[in-house]
Amino acid sequence: MAIVAQSSKFSTFGRPVLAWAVGLLFFFPIFWLFLTSFKTDADAVKPEYLLFFTPTLENYLNMTQNYDYWRFATNSVVTSVFATVFTLVVGIPAAYAMAFNPSRGTKDILMWMLSTKMLPAAAVLYPMTFLTKGLGLFDTHFLIILVLSLINLPIVVWMLFTYFKEIPKDIIEAGKMDGVNTWGEIKEILIPLAWGGIASTALLCFIFCWNEAYWTVRLTTTDAATLSKLIEGNRAPEGLFFGRLSAVSTAAIGPIVVLGWFCQKQLVQGLTFGAVK
Amino acid sequence: MYFKKVLCTVSAVAMTAGVAQAADSLTIAIVNNGHMINMQTVAEAYTAETGVELKWVSLEEGVLREQVTSDTATGGGQYDIINIGMQEAPIWGAAGWIEPLNFGASYDVADILPAMRAGLSYEGQLYAAPFYGESSMVMYRKDLADAAGVTINDHDSWSRVKEAASAMHNPDAGVYGACLRGKPGWGDNMAFITTVVNSFGGAWFDADMRPALDTQMWADAVNFYVDLLGNYGPPGSEGNSFNEILALYNEGKCGLWIDATIAASFLSVDGVAYAQSPNAGNAVGANWLWAWAMAVPAGSPNAEAAMAFIEWATSKDYVQAVGNHPDFGWGSVPTGQRASTYAIPEFQAAAGFAAAEMAAIDSAAPAATALKPYIGVQFAAIPEFPEVGSAVAQEMAAALSGAKSVEDALADAQAAAVSIMEEAGY
Repeated sequence: MAIVAQSSKFSTFGRPVLAWAVGLLFFFPIFWLFLTSFKTDADAVKPEYLLFFTPTLENYLNMTQNYDYWRFATNSVVTSVFATVFTLVVGIPAAYAMAFNPSRGTKDILMWMLSTKMLPAAAVLYPMTFLTKGLGLFDTHFLIILVLSLINLPIVVWMLFTYFKEIPKDIIEAGKMDGVNTWGEIKEILIPLAWGGIASTALLCFIFCWNEAYWTVRLTTTDAATLSKLIEGNRAPEGLFFGRLSAVSTAAIGPIVVLGWFCQKQLVQGLTFGAVK
Repeated sequence: MYFKKVLCTVSAVAMTAGVAQAADSLTIAIVNNGHMINMQTVAEAYTAETGVELKWVSLEEGVLREQVTSDTATGGGQYDIINIGMQEAPIWGAAGWIEPLNFGASYDVADILPAMRAGLSYEGQLYAAPFYGESSMVMYRKDLADAAGVTINDHDSWSRVKEAASAMHNPDAGVYGACLRGKPGWGDNMAFITTVVNSFGGAWFDADMRPALDTQMWADAVNFYVDLLGNYGPPGSEGNSFNEILALYNEGKCGLWIDATIAASFLSVDGVAYAQSPNAGNAVGANWLWAWAMAVPAGSPNAEAAMAFIEWATSKDYVQAVGNHPDFGWGSVPTGQRASTYAIPEFQAAAGFAAAEMAAIDSAAPAATALKPYIGVQFAAIPEFPEVGSAVAQEMAAALSGAKSVEDALADAQAAAVSIMEEAGY
């Protein structure tokens, strides 16, 4: 009896407290970053100004006036949106085929796709540089969209495959019996049924594209450079410019944090329950 | 005659058009530091005067090296102007990856500090123009030294520096006697350790370019370094490099700091005093030499316009432009490149470290000698050095953290260095 009472007490008070504690722990770095972005570079490194200081917009003004923030932000939006769309356009039919018309090689193909994620990116940096320059694609939106799409395709196919497997095959079969062709099956039956899963996959893919930093930094110079490159350019080995770096970082992660905040319900639902439960 | 006239006119127009086309825009890859960032603002005047649009690509040092190397090695084309350091300039010049720089008489090449000129040239030809340069020196808290009854002089012996560090060391009060680089990296801990080794009479390679980390000089130098930093340094020194120590120093937690001369312009604590680098009997190579310089990659379609910009950005006029700029002033001018900068009264008044910095740069010795058969003070200007230096750096950090004994770390470092050099065909 005492154990039950203790357990219920923990559920009532302990769990929320623990959840808040973990939440605050994870949120603290972002909060600190946000605060630092309103400090001067000199104040940013002084412990006495950790919480109380005279806020300034100097870093944000500097970022927009001298660092061309909007160009980088536009490139991030364009490349992330198009890469997500392209990945879904390729990923949905691929996952559909593997989920509803599997062959003997399906499992191996899935494993092979996943294994491509295990290759260290640095191993192919120089071939990629040679190749993209040779083809005249270096520092173009097309290249970044293509690279982001290919990087995320294995994860997207895997996620969609998992969601599609939840859909009873009979529903698809019934559609076939009614004379629906393959495109109709995908458009009229599969997408509406797996909408939650597709949305959460798209959201995750968009977040991965937005945050990608290895290739977007190395395969661009100015025209297709994204916010990752803007952050990278503000890291200084000699000099403590933490106020400026924090402002750039806050402005870079801001849109994705807000997007994640608004879509968290769908994101969690999609990730935990699958599409059709 | 008429035909000749027309031909001349067309040629002139074509040439003008060519220049105008070449001068449309320049893409410049720069390392992210204060001087380079300031240049973006100062250069607005250059754009206004010439009409050349400047596209800046600011990158962290490691990424800059990676990107500029891959771009240059693959025939260039992405950048018209690149920031490179002293380690790359002579190698890339020799390889034909960057254009030789030849400026007009008004540029006054002779005004560039001789050590800088030598370090950025190959066979006497300048391949990169220094934008700013640095050496290393001692920066210490005069108040703490006075209170402890110790003095630090120019070119002191290491044993006297250790005594001073010991006298100022008061960890209970949050003050550590000596703050030195410990973070592994050929440009981090190895920059400092190499100067210590040099000052003990050692070098990276012997006359046959065989790694010399198994010599007594290396053992003495590294034992001294580990002893000094281990006993009188802040905890976790194996993770400290320039920025970490700068923060500690400005919090008043360091008695003395031996590092890049540029650090002096970032110090915000009062009562900083300067001294030339210590040594253990050999003053040659006890202070390092580095420059961030501007070069034109071979194959740049805008080479002529790029050189014109470099001529402006590394000139005496540029120093004046920064000094007289309302946003910056004389405390922000790039230093370490030209002798004339140190003769400007406004600069002398604004920079208390000017004389010490000039003396340090002037005494740095990058040229190859009988003791070290390679160009460079804290590095060797050979393509294999970054790999060798990085491997050794890890071992030195392990020795500092206590994960390995100094003897074991040096033995492992020597084995790694020999393997890399043999593989490279030495």
